[in-house]
Amino acid sequence: MEIGLNHYLVLSTILFSIGLVGVMRRKNLLMLFFATEILLNSVNIAFAAISHYYGDLTGQMFAFFVIAIAASEVAVGLGLLVVWHKRHNAIDLDLMSTMKG
Amino acid sequence: MFEAIAFYLFAFLTIAMFYITVTTSQALYALTALAAGMIFISAFFFILGADFLGAVQIVVYSGAVMALYAFGMMFFDTTRELKEKNGNKLLVTGLATVAAVLIVVIFAAPIVGDNITALYPMTEGAGNTQEIGIVLFTKYLVPFELAAVMLLVAMVSGIVLAGKKMDLSLTLMSDAEIRDMKKEKKKKVLS
Repeated sequence: MEIGLNHYLVLSTILFSIGLVGVMRRKNLLMLFFATEILLNSVNIAFAAISHYYGDLTGQMFAFFVIAIAASEVAVGLGLLVVWHKRHNAIDLDLMSTMKG
Repeated sequence: MFEAIAFYLFAFLTIAMFYITVTTSQALYALTALAAGMIFISAFFFILGADFLGAVQIVVYSGAVMALYAFGMMFFDTTRELKEKNGNKLLVTGLATVAAVLIVVIFAAPIVGDNITALYPMTEGAGNTQEIGIVLFTKYLVPFELAAVMLLVAMVSGIVLAGKKMDLSLTLMSDAEIRDMKKEKKKKVLS
């Protein structure tokens, strides 16, 4: 059985919905970051698959930029999380309902 | 044949790992499962012939990002469990699936698939890394530089946010103030 583009796109959709479930139901902010990584990676799979099946390198280039963005997001997000944890001693999402610092 | 076996095996493994990441209540389990899932995703890149992307995936995710998360988790009390009040599991899962399918449809609808021509077609006889280097340093040079600047900004902001006493600047302080600060530090160490 030949593996086509649709297989990869379906896999990407499944992983994306797993990530969305994580984003929607987790209250722990660290877990929320993990779910965000899952989302970005599922999109990367779709990019690489389209790049392969159309013989075009643009998909791979975009996947690289997505990886770069994910790396910087983690750096800034974890820095903010450390600051928040120092101040409030919790990383519960429900505590962040107000925007007052 | 082997491609199909590899695809289904790694698809199953990736989905299982990410499912564990999303559902487990232990942060450490989630971290290890996420790292394993990242490695399994790089397998797809190798199957698809994007060798350089697969190597970058392993290096960046399981090397840099996971190490960063592991360091971040040292700051947090990960043993304490957070109460996750999830009202309707079915609703959340359904909503997530519908949203994911919608996003795919929205982005796939304009692409009918027949009228696509490769913008930067793969050249014959060149390896994947070589091709990527050629395209990245000609057509995508400006985004590449912007990504570099963005990573620098992210690094500086990460250091400033997580470091101690980052609001003080030694260059803007007078000598007397610096001397006072050093004295205080010594007192703290002795006492």
